[in-house]
Amino acid sequence: MGILAGKKVVIIGDRDGIPGQAIAACATSAGAEVVFSSTECFV
Amino acid sequence: MKSVIKGASYILAHTPDMVLHNGTTQTTERIVNPDSEYLKELPGHIRSYEQVLSYWPNQVYIGNKTPDELAAVEQPWYDKTCDVSDRYGKFGQIMPQEEFLLLMQACDVFDLVKLDSAFVAAHKPALAQNPVMDESILARIGDGIDGAEIARLVSEEHSEGLYHNGALVGCVNRAHDIDVNLSAHVMHENIVSKASSVLALLSAVHTTGISKDEVEYVIDCCEEACGDMNQRGGGNFAKAAAEIAGLSNATGSDARGFCAGPSHAMIEAAALVESGAYKTVVVTAGGCTAKLGMNGKDHVKKGLPILEDMIGGFAVVVTQNDGVNPEINLEILGRHTVGTGSAPQAVISSLVTDPLERAGLKVTDIDKFSPEMQNPDITKPAGAGDVPLANYKMIAALAVKRGDIAKADLAKFTTEHVLTGWAPTQGHIPSGVPYIGFAREDLLAGKITRAMIIGKGSLFLGRMTNLFDGVSFVIQKNAGSNAPAGVSEEEVKGLIAKAMKEFAATLLAQAD
Repeated sequence: MGILAGKKVVIIGDRDGIPGQAIAACATSAGAEVVFSSTECFV
Repeated sequence: MKSVIKGASYILAHTPDMVLHNGTTQTTERIVNPDSEYLKELPGHIRSYEQVLSYWPNQVYIGNKTPDELAAVEQPWYDKTCDVSDRYGKFGQIMPQEEFLLLMQACDVFDLVKLDSAFVAAHKPALAQNPVMDESILARIGDGIDGAEIARLVSEEHSEGLYHNGALVGCVNRAHDIDVNLSAHVMHENIVSKASSVLALLSAVHTTGISKDEVEYVIDCCEEACGDMNQRGGGNFAKAAAEIAGLSNATGSDARGFCAGPSHAMIEAAALVESGAYKTVVVTAGGCTAKLGMNGKDHVKKGLPILEDMIGGFAVVVTQNDGVNPEINLEILGRHTVGTGSAPQAVISSLVTDPLERAGLKVTDIDKFSPEMQNPDITKPAGAGDVPLANYKMIAALAVKRGDIAKADLAKFTTEHVLTGWAPTQGHIPSGVPYIGFAREDLLAGKITRAMIIGKGSLFLGRMTNLFDGVSFVIQKNAGSNAPAGVSEEEVKGLIAKAMKEFAATLLAQAD
């Protein structure tokens, strides 16, 4: 298991980088519990 | 018949005091951390009007410099002085704050914008010199009121202050005592958007030479919402701006899609003209006060000036095919669908390679791609990277995957088919459309044959869906075959010149 196993994670994705949903999918597959996920825009 | 792009305008308004008072990064900081170092240091990082005039990306935006010339200038650009610092360019102008405040008052039809009488007297003559302003707009500017009354309105009546060089010179009053959708804050934001759209519309009429009466429909594609508590976002910015701009024969409506709004609006405009519903449609958008100084914390931390101090605007005139101007090809449309997903590869595939595949074209058949043209001078110091470049890398990677280019030619692709970003980070303003003015010129000059405009929008910011969005379209050289019956003005000139030459030759022969 990865370093995220059993951890709670808060995700802020970047609209021009990696979307929050994609990060959440990765984190979940690594055993993390996603407590918040959003994608933000800085431009 | 395909519609054509008759011309485009691009305008900026320098609004340094609105950075301090109306940008959401600053207003939020004032609430959550009022004694922060950022707020203390911020005023020392504000640029003067002279500095924004000589800023390279601004001169590209109004058309005095080209994207290619900008690309040749080593980054960063904030510490370099452009050799052109003109206020006016072939696409539009960079309006100073004092004139913009007067224009805001001219755009207010509910007696909400109040200006200090001394301020009006001091600056109205300058606005009157503006070549796109006419008497109908200047006549809307009142004499102003006493400064003490403005101070009272701000302190006692919830009015939003209007500042110039740090001094209170006016205010925007609330339009209702209770309705938050008509609060002074919202009215200020909406009137700024309207005023910058009006300036873009007036500039488009000026640069294209069309008659105001020709315009039959206006589509506003900014990211603001106007309405009251019973119909928040009811609209209609388009018709409101058209009224002030004097487009008396036009009706209109608003198209929204976050940053993708302008591309959606362009496709809708082209469809309206191609279908014959309207002969001349103008797509317009004003700018956004909330985004002023959006990345200011990073800029100040790194010792940069506040580069997000410009309100942006643009307008594009779409008309029936004249056989000359570049065509909008509605047969090559990219669309991010509900089922596309949000992975960057899926997004670019839906917007770029899928429509080209359907049209039987290669990625290399598009001479220039215009995705999100944010100025990297603003985004890189803030950690957002070079947004256009990120788009180009994905387009190039997909081109390699499709076999349109060899892997060894990746570097070549990212120099020949790309543009360097120059537009301010005003959301919809940099999204695809900044290149339309230059694209029209490049297509008319025969430098390119096709350009793809790509708009992308972050729908998830509205918390109604997690979906991303985007659409794209292609502008191409006029096929000529679509020219209306008869001959064009250029052809008539050519025929007359030929006849005169032959006549002169006959006279010479007789003389001999």
